[in-house]
Formats: sequence, C-alpha cells, structure tokens
Amino acid sequence: MNAPSPAAASAESVQPIGTAVAPAPFPAGPVQSLLGRGVAVVGNDIDTDRIVPARFLKCVTFDGLAEGAFADDRTELAGAHPFDRPEHQGATILVVNDNFGCGSSREHAPQALMRWGIRAVIGESFAEIFFGNCLALGIPCLTAPPADVAALQRAIGATPAALLTLDVEALRLRLDPLASDGPSNGGTPAASTSLDLPLQLAAGPHRMLVSGQWDGTSQLVAHDAELRATASRLPYLAGFAA
Amino acid sequence: MSAGTLYDKVWALHRVADLPGGSTQLFIGLHLIHEVTSPQAFAALRDLGLTVRHPERTVATVDHIVPTTSQARPFADPLAETMLATLEANCSEHAITLHGLGSGRQGIVHVIAPELGLTQPGMTVACGDSHTSTHGAFGAIAFGIGTSQVRDVLASQSLAMNKLKVRRIWVEGTLQPGVYAKDLVLHVIRTLGVKGGVGYGYEFAGPAIDALSMEERMTLCNMAIEGGARVGYCNPDATTFAYLAGRPHAPAGVAWERAVAWWSGLASGPDAVFDDEVRFDAATIAPTVTWGITPGQGIGVDERVPTLEQTPAEERPLAEEAYRYMDLLPGAPIAGLPVDVCFIGSCTNGRLSDLRAAAAVAQGRHVAPGIKAFVVPGSEQVAAAAEAEGLDDVFRAAGFEWREPGCSMCLAMNPDRLEGRQISASSSNRNFKGRQGSASGRTLLMSPAMVAAAAIAGQVTDVRGLVGAAAAVSPT
Repeated sequence: MNAPSPAAASAESVQPIGTAVAPAPFPAGPVQSLLGRGVAVVGNDIDTDRIVPARFLKCVTFDGLAEGAFADDRTELAGAHPFDRPEHQGATILVVNDNFGCGSSREHAPQALMRWGIRAVIGESFAEIFFGNCLALGIPCLTAPPADVAALQRAIGATPAALLTLDVEALRLRLDPLASDGPSNGGTPAASTSLDLPLQLAAGPHRMLVSGQWDGTSQLVAHDAELRATASRLPYLAGFAA
Repeated sequence: MSAGTLYDKVWALHRVADLPGGSTQLFIGLHLIHEVTSPQAFAALRDLGLTVRHPERTVATVDHIVPTTSQARPFADPLAETMLATLEANCSEHAITLHGLGSGRQGIVHVIAPELGLTQPGMTVACGDSHTSTHGAFGAIAFGIGTSQVRDVLASQSLAMNKLKVRRIWVEGTLQPGVYAKDLVLHVIRTLGVKGGVGYGYEFAGPAIDALSMEERMTLCNMAIEGGARVGYCNPDATTFAYLAGRPHAPAGVAWERAVAWWSGLASGPDAVFDDEVRFDAATIAPTVTWGITPGQGIGVDERVPTLEQTPAEERPLAEEAYRYMDLLPGAPIAGLPVDVCFIGSCTNGRLSDLRAAAAVAQGRHVAPGIKAFVVPGSEQVAAAAEAEGLDDVFRAAGFEWREPGCSMCLAMNPDRLEGRQISASSSNRNFKGRQGSASGRTLLMSPAMVAAAAIAGQVTDVRGLVGAAAAVSPT
C-alpha cells in the first residue's frame, strides 16, 4: 500500500527488463521472484551519504530522487560509475559488498535506488536501518558469502546483459550468461560461466516479503486493543499518576 | 540470549503483539520528528486515510536545514523554507507540538528532547534520524528509523521490530584530562569496527561510564550507530535522576518519587545475562582523531596513519581508498596535519559542557590565520546558557564565529559546508566522503576541545598540552 505508483503490480510477475522497456513498477504484494539484469557497486562500508548525498534530502516528496543515487560518486567517475554505464541501464538487481548502507537512517537511500530501478540488493552484509528501510519498500536485501558475491560481481562485469533469476522464496540466485536480454548490451557470454548461488535472509523478513506482509501499517493499526493494553502498563504515559 | 538487562525489561514492557512475519510490534513511548524525514510520512498517512494516534507523544523541531547565520523567515533557500513550512502545516494539522525557531526550545532534536525532560529512562524513543541512539544515555531504548517507519509510528505509535542481542561494553579506569567521551566512543568504534555492533544493542557500563555526566553519556550513545549498533544505552542512576529533576517534562512531587522507583528497577541487574561483553580501560585512551572515511578509521593523536601491513586484509581496500581520498600517506603522523575549517557543534558534541571544554582551550588564545572556525550551539537553550556564562565572548575574542543553533556542517544541508578539498576538524559524527557538503571535502572527527586546539594551532594538535598550559594562563 505504500507503493506510490498507481500502476504497481505484483513483483512476482516482473518481466525481463531492458533499456527499451518501461521501468519495473514499484514493489507491491508478495515479493517472490525477480528476473532482471545485475549491476555491481564494489566496496565495503558504502554509507547512505554516498548512496544519496544530503543535498538531495531537501525535498518533501521522494519523486525526484533517482538522480541522487550515488550522485557524487558518479560525478567523480565521470560516466564510468556502474549506474552510468550504458550496459547497466535498466538493471534491477544491485550487488554490493560488506556493511552496505551504513550511516544515516535516510530512507531516501533505498528510495533513490528504487527510483533508479533497483528491486533487490544482494551483498555480503547490510546495515540494519538500511535493511529495514528496504524491507519497508518491498526490496529484499539478501546476503551471500564474500566469495559468492565477488564471483557474481565478476560475472555481471563480464556479461552485463545476462539475466539473473532471483528466487526470493527459495533463496537462490541463478545467472545464465547465455540468457541475455539483447545483443545491444554488450558483454561476452563465453567470458562468464553460469552461477547458481544460495542466499541468506532472516526468517522474519523472508516470510514478510514472500507473503506480501512487508508493508505492515494496517497490521499495526489493527491491534488497537493490544496497543491500549500496552499503553496502560506504561506508567510514564500517565505522568506517573498513582 | 540476553536476560535481565535494561534492554530486555524495556522490550518486554513495550511489546504489543507478535506479528505474522515473526517480528514484534513494539510500542513507542516518544516519537521525535523533524523536517527532513517526516514530510513523506505525513503524505503517506494522508494517502492511507489515517491520522496521528498519539499526537501528545509526538514532538517536533526543525534542525537539519536551518541556516546558522540568519534564521529570519523566509529562508534564503526556498527548498529549506518549503521543508519548514511543510513541517509547520503538518504539526498544525495533527496538533503536534513544534519547538520552532525563536521559541526558546528549538534545537537539534537529540539535544532538545533531553534538555526538556522529554527523554526519560525506560521509554522507547524513535525518530527518523540514526543518532536517536543518543537518548539511550537515559536508559531509554532509542533508535533511528526510516520514513516508512515514521509513518507507522504516526499511525499506530508502534513499530515492527526484531529484538537485538545485547553486548555489554564494560569500561574500567578513568579518562585522562583532555580525553572525553568522544575519544572513548571513537576508541570503541576503532576497536570493534563500524559494523561490529550490527545486530546488537550496546550497553555501556562500568566505573568509567558511571563517572560520566549525562552530556558525556549522550555523546557516547549518540555514536553507537557509528559502530553499527542501532541502540546504545547507559543504565539510569543518580546522575540521570539529578539531570532530569526539575526539567519541564520531568515528573514532579509524588510522581517524581514514583518515577525514580520505576526507573531504578529497570537497570540491568547483577544477574543480567549478556550475549557478549567487551572490556576497555579508559586510562589507556588518548585523544582520538579519525584519519579516513569511516568513523572506525581513528587513531590516537600521537599515532601514525596505519600502513597496509598494519591493516587487516579485509580492510585494506577501504584503507587504500581512504589514503587517496584524504591525501594521506600510510605511516604519516596525524598530529601536525593542517586543517582549513573547524566546526564545533552537532548532536554529538553541541551541548553546554562541549562548548565549555572548547572555550577553555580557546580562552586567551586565537584562531590561526586562514582558519575558518565556528561554533554552533546544539539548541536555543544551550546558546542562552553559554551566552549567560560568556562563552560566546570567549569564542569571538579567540576568532571563532558564534552561530545560531542547528545541525549545520555535520551534514551540510544548510549553507554551512566545506568547499573543494578543504579539511575540517569537526566535533560531529561522520567523516564519510562528501559528508560535509563538498563532494571532495575531508573530515577529521575529534572532540570539541581537540577541534578548538586544531583551530588555535591551524593543525591537528594534542589538546593535552593546551589543557595543562591553559591552567597556567587563565585568570583565577
């Protein structure tokens, strides 16, 4: 219910994404599988100031945030940043390293990634608030051991057009370099072997995503009696009146 | 699994329900909001046809975008003006108290809630700001949240949360003169790493913690998040109660006695079980300065930038990136590194005791030529108290600018920012690339006294030399 796109459809049925195809709808409902191309942003401890610099937080809606995604890193790399490379336009699966999303709690960070096109993140580990913010948007953050992440990043670099199949339900990621989504995206299929990697996701968030209960406002609000009962046992809410 | 800790007790008290996804619905006792992370939450609330469940448990201020030179409305920056106007409209529509500019109570959200007595032991405190861990200094369980969660708290006064493990950070010994809570927490993060606390709440305990003032405890808990721990807290004690007594929102009379009894019972007991414990000796900690691009890349002011050989293999790529970005050579001393800008302020170190410590260094000295140095009090109350003791005059006489309260150059969402490759000595909390408003700007984190020392010397300097010398030149 928090997907701002009126055209939002189930992420379950997300189609292969190419540069010529309309951007994927924002997540809504169960997040069970995803088929799309990958983009790797390499480095440990990439903080949310780097994911979206603070000047982009001067806004009262999230609408224009796509341009803020890695803005300073992209300027510094003058077109060489993965988010600017033509072969990664339309990618939906971001592959990162250790402690991704540390620092500021700004939800603008996952919002910027989502508005750029990202629908899932795979990495060695994630900072907690970032993980929770992604979950609240229906964007799974899945982890894999460093060697698997490195192999995946190499494979994406070698065959950027290759399609990744992310099975959120079964916690597996498959990359088949021969299943590319078009010749225009470059890469050499022969340069990469296929991958089939197990992924990790804590049981709670896993259930929430797969069942579509990741957006739980209505659930929280529905517990009116329980909220009242909890409030009644907190003496500070009554100013410590006897 | 932890048991009998303050965290466990407060968690159990605030547990509303178990959620189908496996998380826990947790009641939020105090919801703090500000202009940056709330507008989209109010918009979402409107879209859902919901309203604010507990406006009386929701408190707003404006801090991130406010200019510190002139706070006259409308702001020169139209985006900043829109953000404040939006907050004002949302607070007005939902009957939420807003401590606005000129109210006498405005300031950085993590400074004003404690000084108004809003933050109390045993509460759960949430705010759309990662430095909400600050409020843990009172024995509250306080954590930063994203905007979707701000929406959830507005709508339900609760959140879906997963329980953390609890690591006790036990600190023995006494901090040396010239060494502050900031140095202690930078030392802890340097030792345990910037992701060492992921999945944990940090309980700070031990004789050195007991000896800290409330403002020092706030500095410590503030930066728990920089070590990856979403929550950091100290157990409430006589120091906590003495700080709270008489504050506007603190209980009084018979209610005060009841409150103290309830608060006291929440502290981790002698039989408390922790998931992990790490011990430190405060006496061995030097004034600490970050040299790199994460708060974990810190060293004692008398140390040298670590070489690759001294760096664990998995941290080497980040170290190499930091050498390049900071333009520092491995093995170089950090003391003597020239700085361009000196910033004293932020939710980490913008309180009265921070300004006193910096003023004690600045007293009778002068900022080095070519250095821009400025002081941004954490709140209107801090500014008034500092001015009442003449700290503003001390700073001005020493060549510092004395500004209006706000977050300022901690994250540079207002006009205060680094230019180009400038290096700042900063009492704030993050030295990330681009953090202080220039995409290539560089930040050295340190205590307010160390920032003042850097301003005087024009370079990174061990404040312990100046603290001793200050005593010799200060009028008695």
